[in-house]
Amino acid sequence: MEPLISRRSALGLAGAAWLTPLATQLARAAEKTREPARSLIVLWMQGGPSQLETFDPHPESRNAGGTKAIDTAVKGIQLAEGLPLLAEQMESIALVRSMTSKEGDHERGTTTLKTGFRPDPTVVHPSIGAIICHELPAAGTDIPRHVSILSSQWPARGGHLGDQYDAFLMDDPAGPVPNTKSFLPTKRDEQRLKDLDVVEGAFAKGRRKTTDGTLHRQTVADARKMMSSEQLKAFDVSQESAAVRKMYGDTPFGRGCLAARRLVEVGVRCVEVTLAGWDTHVNNHSFCKTQNAILDPAFAALIRDLKERKLLDHTLVVCGGEFGRTPTINPAGGRDHWPTGFSYALAGGGVKGGQVIGETNPDAVKDDKAAMLMMAGRGGVEKFVKDEVTVEDLSATLLHTLGVEYDKLCQTPIGRTVKFSNGQPVKKLLMMG
Amino acid sequence: MGVRDWFFSCLVVGGVLTLGVNLMPPARTKPLDVAAVPVPDAELKATVEAINIHMRAAWAKESLTSAPPAGDLLVARRLSLALMGTVPSLEEIRQFESLPETERLDWWLEHILRDRRSADFLAERVARAVVGTEDGPFLLYRRRRFVTWLGDELAKNTPYDHLVREMIAGNGLWTDHPSTNFITVTSRSEEGNQPDPIRLAGRVTRAFLGLRLDCAQCHDHPFASWTQDHFEGFAAYFGQARLGFKGIQDGDGQFEVEDRKTKEKRVVEPGVPFGRELLPKDGSRRDQLAVWVTHPKNPYFARATANRAWAILFGRPLIAPVDNLEPQGVSPDKEKTLADQLLDILADDFRRHGHDLRRLFRVIAATEAFRRDSAADFDITDAHERAWAVFPLSRLRPEQVVGAMLQSASIATIDAESHIVTRLMRYGQTNDFIKAYGDTGDDEFDERGGTIPQRLVLMNGELVRERTKDGILNASSRIASIAPTDAKAVELAYLCVLGRRPTSNEMEHFTARLNDTERTRGQRLEDLYWTLLNSTEFSWNH
Repeated sequence: MEPLISRRSALGLAGAAWLTPLATQLARAAEKTREPARSLIVLWMQGGPSQLETFDPHPESRNAGGTKAIDTAVKGIQLAEGLPLLAEQMESIALVRSMTSKEGDHERGTTTLKTGFRPDPTVVHPSIGAIICHELPAAGTDIPRHVSILSSQWPARGGHLGDQYDAFLMDDPAGPVPNTKSFLPTKRDEQRLKDLDVVEGAFAKGRRKTTDGTLHRQTVADARKMMSSEQLKAFDVSQESAAVRKMYGDTPFGRGCLAARRLVEVGVRCVEVTLAGWDTHVNNHSFCKTQNAILDPAFAALIRDLKERKLLDHTLVVCGGEFGRTPTINPAGGRDHWPTGFSYALAGGGVKGGQVIGETNPDAVKDDKAAMLMMAGRGGVEKFVKDEVTVEDLSATLLHTLGVEYDKLCQTPIGRTVKFSNGQPVKKLLMMG
Repeated sequence: MGVRDWFFSCLVVGGVLTLGVNLMPPARTKPLDVAAVPVPDAELKATVEAINIHMRAAWAKESLTSAPPAGDLLVARRLSLALMGTVPSLEEIRQFESLPETERLDWWLEHILRDRRSADFLAERVARAVVGTEDGPFLLYRRRRFVTWLGDELAKNTPYDHLVREMIAGNGLWTDHPSTNFITVTSRSEEGNQPDPIRLAGRVTRAFLGLRLDCAQCHDHPFASWTQDHFEGFAAYFGQARLGFKGIQDGDGQFEVEDRKTKEKRVVEPGVPFGRELLPKDGSRRDQLAVWVTHPKNPYFARATANRAWAILFGRPLIAPVDNLEPQGVSPDKEKTLADQLLDILADDFRRHGHDLRRLFRVIAATEAFRRDSAADFDITDAHERAWAVFPLSRLRPEQVVGAMLQSASIATIDAESHIVTRLMRYGQTNDFIKAYGDTGDDEFDERGGTIPQRLVLMNGELVRERTKDGILNASSRIASIAPTDAKAVELAYLCVLGRRPTSNEMEHFTARLNDTERTRGQRLEDLYWTLLNSTEFSWNH
């Protein structure tokens, strides 16, 4: 009986074995240059959440004010009480506890954290989501690729990249997507568009080129395409099972997080979901308790859900606000603005979970002269944080994770060249270099 | 009948009349204040002619044909949008057309310049340049107070240099002396709420001088001859401004900056980058700076203002960006561009006539370039656009879009004298609309295309639906009932929304559409309104 593989051919196959090391090399290389994340979800904690009552508890400190810490799924890492569900997901989460910014005002701080630059009168920097949409391909998405759900006063904007990169604003996903439904029967609606051609034709006469240059009609067509797109259903969380909706929590923010997951599935690049109410100058502890009860199920469910759908590797989730709050408690039982040592949580998208970067000094006081020196970049950081991570470094990390060249030089409309980020990615946060 | 009875009956009759007038005001017919049109002085004419000559020379040099003159109604729309943020009402168009052709546009411009709507709208546009759109520090900054103050001053036609001096050097509380909000918007909580000299210096140079000196904040200017020392010296003029119980005052002390390299503090004395001889000897530092900035011999102040006024009327500045007159730096021997020549002429006239903003608008509006059509029977090239041989297309600002929409939905003029409820409604609707449409921010002359959310708002938005639907308050239904023929109805709708009459082709199409019996007459007019509101023509200045 002839063997299935002759000796000769076996030799031949053996000859091909020289390929094996290459194959493994390729596989390893593929692993090393793992695909960057495709989407970013920003859980925006408007008002500046207290790090002490969320991601950076110091129960032993005299400034704790009774806040306790709970153990998490990762040994040695604790969260503040009130985040038990998130604690279970700790293996996927990296905490940065040593964030510093130089802006202690809500509006200026928001701009700083959302763009990675302090407000600059000479150039309006784009938000990170806008940069991502600008740099990454559109990939067949009919709906806006940059979405802001429950947007606050200062939603993410396109800055010098242009307002076509502004986030699309959306309220509680329990309601409809604004302005995407014609208020007319189809027939009348379609006839109106035909009528529009007549008016457009008259206007274009003698100014065809400049009229085309306005892209008005193209934009109308794009808007119509969006109105009829199946992808719009991604906003509709009522299509999810009751169990899933319950997991995220029956709150606008919970629905926002669920919509964010659905949007990412259809190719949206960046979703910002806002949870306002963190500006706790008064009764900090009781307000934080209420806020945590909203944040905890939503954030934890988002991580779990993305993981189960094998989307977590491709989706970076980041949670934080414009600054943190003072370690000391003021006479009204509140904590005030504190940009020198606050926390951010990151999960998925190639970020190495189950770790903590940096630590804060829970006894730092607000009227310390050192704060001013530090804000002015004159050193003294160690009084507040260890292993400082600046806003610039955070923005570089986010962009890098999404595969965007964070230090790419970009021409602004006035001809000035600026980088997308002035920071460096935090290596320790990344799975691969 | 005694005198007392007689008095009593007078009182009763008077009371009834007053009540009646208040409940049912007589139809407001505005008198045509043609007499108020100032006779254009010879000097104004000469300035306009000088501009026209330079323009024509530039066109001839490049062998460009200019577009034909635009129709009067189109020019009226441009003026109305630029200076009041809305379109002419049907009522106003009627008055306009009742005047002899040679007087119409002059009358219209004066009518606008005297209208409170214009002062308020321009105040907002100036405010964007000088304090931006930010909400600013809580309690210490009242943007609305500042804009109202600007509006009041513009309504009085206060000379522009006075306004600017008041902003730079004003003292007092930001609530009492609203001009000081110019200073308090830069208050920094981390510095005990003290104003920020660096930001103020940046604002002053950009908004009032058209120089981006603040690029020299971190490094010497890449192109121009400004250095970091110049910028720091300029900032030092705000180094003694203090915020205290009495609001903004000048104190004493030194302005210190930190060296970027050595990280050491050093004292910086105030100094200006050019024209030192224009500085007065006395007054606080801010007083001195205010005089220097607005000095008739400071070459930049009048030029920067002229460039901005041009941008307000044309939708784009002579030199872009509007706050950067010298991106390439000063070189005395370089050949002057057309824009430079025009700015020189405009600035000279502005300076010699007491920094009168209204006069500046009159001059620009009277130029041939402003009266050109945006369409032509030849191919419009970039060269035509650069040389202003055709009127440029520019996207309307959100306030202009909503202003035009609300006005076009009403036959009567919605103005500052309208009923308070009308105005309050307009205020609320305007804010909601602008939020959905997307504000343009500080950089209002940035050339940008439209966005998808803007189209969605105009196609499907609540306000559009409310204002076009068949209802007694809306122009569409009023037209449906008052127009004797379909042709007349089409014409009225075009006049209300686009400020022009339909072409024969459009007339034919829409009269046929108005004949359709599947929809009510109200619905047919509503559809026509929707169509016109969603056209390129409606959303762009042209």
